[in-house]
Amino acid sequence: MTFRMKLIVGMGAVLSFVGGAALATGPVPPPPKAAAQGAEVKKHALPVSKDGNLVVGLCDGETSMEVKGVKAGQSLTRAQAQHVSGALMEEWLRKNPNAHWDSAPKVAQAPSASGTVRPGGVTPESGGSQVKKQIATPIQDGHTYGAFSDRDEAIWAASTEQFVDEGHRVFHDAKAIGGTVGISCDMCHPDASNTHPETYPKYQVQLGRVALLRDMINWCIENPVRGRPLADGDPRMRAMEAYIYAKRKGVKLEYGKK
Amino acid sequence: MGNKFRSIETKHHAERDAFFDDLKKLDRRAFLRVAGISAGIAAGMGLRTPHSFQLVNVAEAQGTKPRFSFAYISDTHLYEKKLNDRFVRAILKAVDDVNGLDPQPDFVLFGGDLAQLGKPGELKLGAEILKAVKAPVRMMVGEHDWFLDMGELWTDLFGPPNYSFDHKGVHFVVLNSILEKDFWTERKLTPEERMQIVAGLDNGIQSRFEVGAPQREWLRQDLAKVNKATPIIVFSHSPLYKYYRPWNFWTDDADEVQALFKPFQTVTVIHGHTHQLLSNRIGNMSFHGMLSTAWPWPYAPEGLPRLTVQMNRADPFSQFDGCGDGRMDVLESGMVDKLYNLWERNPITVRASYLASGGKQDVPPRTRLPSY
Repeated sequence: MTFRMKLIVGMGAVLSFVGGAALATGPVPPPPKAAAQGAEVKKHALPVSKDGNLVVGLCDGETSMEVKGVKAGQSLTRAQAQHVSGALMEEWLRKNPNAHWDSAPKVAQAPSASGTVRPGGVTPESGGSQVKKQIATPIQDGHTYGAFSDRDEAIWAASTEQFVDEGHRVFHDAKAIGGTVGISCDMCHPDASNTHPETYPKYQVQLGRVALLRDMINWCIENPVRGRPLADGDPRMRAMEAYIYAKRKGVKLEYGKK
Repeated sequence: MGNKFRSIETKHHAERDAFFDDLKKLDRRAFLRVAGISAGIAAGMGLRTPHSFQLVNVAEAQGTKPRFSFAYISDTHLYEKKLNDRFVRAILKAVDDVNGLDPQPDFVLFGGDLAQLGKPGELKLGAEILKAVKAPVRMMVGEHDWFLDMGELWTDLFGPPNYSFDHKGVHFVVLNSILEKDFWTERKLTPEERMQIVAGLDNGIQSRFEVGAPQREWLRQDLAKVNKATPIIVFSHSPLYKYYRPWNFWTDDADEVQALFKPFQTVTVIHGHTHQLLSNRIGNMSFHGMLSTAWPWPYAPEGLPRLTVQMNRADPFSQFDGCGDGRMDVLESGMVDKLYNLWERNPITVRASYLASGGKQDVPPRTRLPSY
């Protein structure tokens, strides 16, 4: 290799080294303005404990809690961790009284009138009897799809019944549907009779438009019940639909039926 | 938005009102002409107008001429007015109806379930409203009146729940057929909880209705004094037969009670509770249901008596549709023609001859909008 060639290669090497270094250490271009990307994520600066205790921060970026008796760096036991998360959640709820926290577990575990679910909801024992029965049963398995046990199915069936039971409760409770004149659904529709969910959608002559079952539920809530209509996603609306459909099991679907 | 469209019902009533307004404007001569033409058209179409609306009331055969009439109001389910005035408006409408009857009925039967939850405010409101009825009122008790205080206030206001009386040759018996076996003590229920459970038609926690052994004994003794040829009319809140158990369209000791009436030639049971047009015939006994002023009930999914011609299903958009009151014409034979005065619809009469002939004669107009 001639000296000239060596010089060119050497210059190239030096340049690329300098360039690379410049890229790696050069000033980072400023991020786009906050307005373009929404509010900047605040760094949650956790206060330091005087006693060197562990401090746990809540994901709201504001709330934190010092754990007495656990030093920073130590891990929490399960009970301690549950206590801490519970306390942080309570604190958050206290700060945000109007946050409409979806208390879904409470709805799902409401004690049922017809008794398929005990007060307290589903327990580890639910469906447990199925497991024992199933142990010696030879069944085809070994594939992913359908790889569930009778116990799974029992739990699913119980969950479904629970949902339907919640609908039964709402359907029979004037206050639960927001009624103001003491009228509940069952007063005109015992066992959800005459709700004929199988006939929807259909042209509802009195409304002058095509209606779904939920439109009629809301019509009843607004008129005889004198309440406010429920949103489509309202857990009470969902539960009532579940109850009404459950009561019409086996009836032929006949949408549009007059 | 809603004002732009008029429902079929609204149009129908607008036309009907216009027709009746025009009728008022007719002079006597024109009226007779219209009446004659209407009767001619009706006859031509093979329609039979209801008994009370016929131009000339002809007794077609021996024993079908009315001996006397009584009216009824039933199942008003009153809440206190400040909570709910819907049902109050309905009972007031019924009171206007019976007061407007010409000729006036001999008496008015109140068919039970005056109150919704048996509360003093509800029962007293009902008692106050019923004072406006011009004809004498005969009271019957329903389960909604009973299970808060087990009939204490009702009995104070209206007297004993079971009694009998004679009127123009007919022996009337009023029963308390809504008694239930104790389901509340063991469950430690409060009176309010007990009432709420009984008020739920589809609430299976409660027991089934019964007349009960002590009252059956009272009935046996009462009937012992009555000639077997004397027509009997029984008032019972529950149907006094077995229609549909899950909704207590049912009387558990119906067979025993019916047995007590077997020796009599003519027995008619008038019952409340079912809020629908309902007819039945068992042996010598005819059964007629009464309409509610508060709301109609759907027909039960099974057990409907064969002779029942169902009323058209109710329009939920009309408060009064499927509700109403009515009148019973007691014929010379002691049997009863039952007029269902359905508000917002043409009245329907279920004749004694229809039930007695096993459904062969005088069939009521057929159902056009059956239940789902």
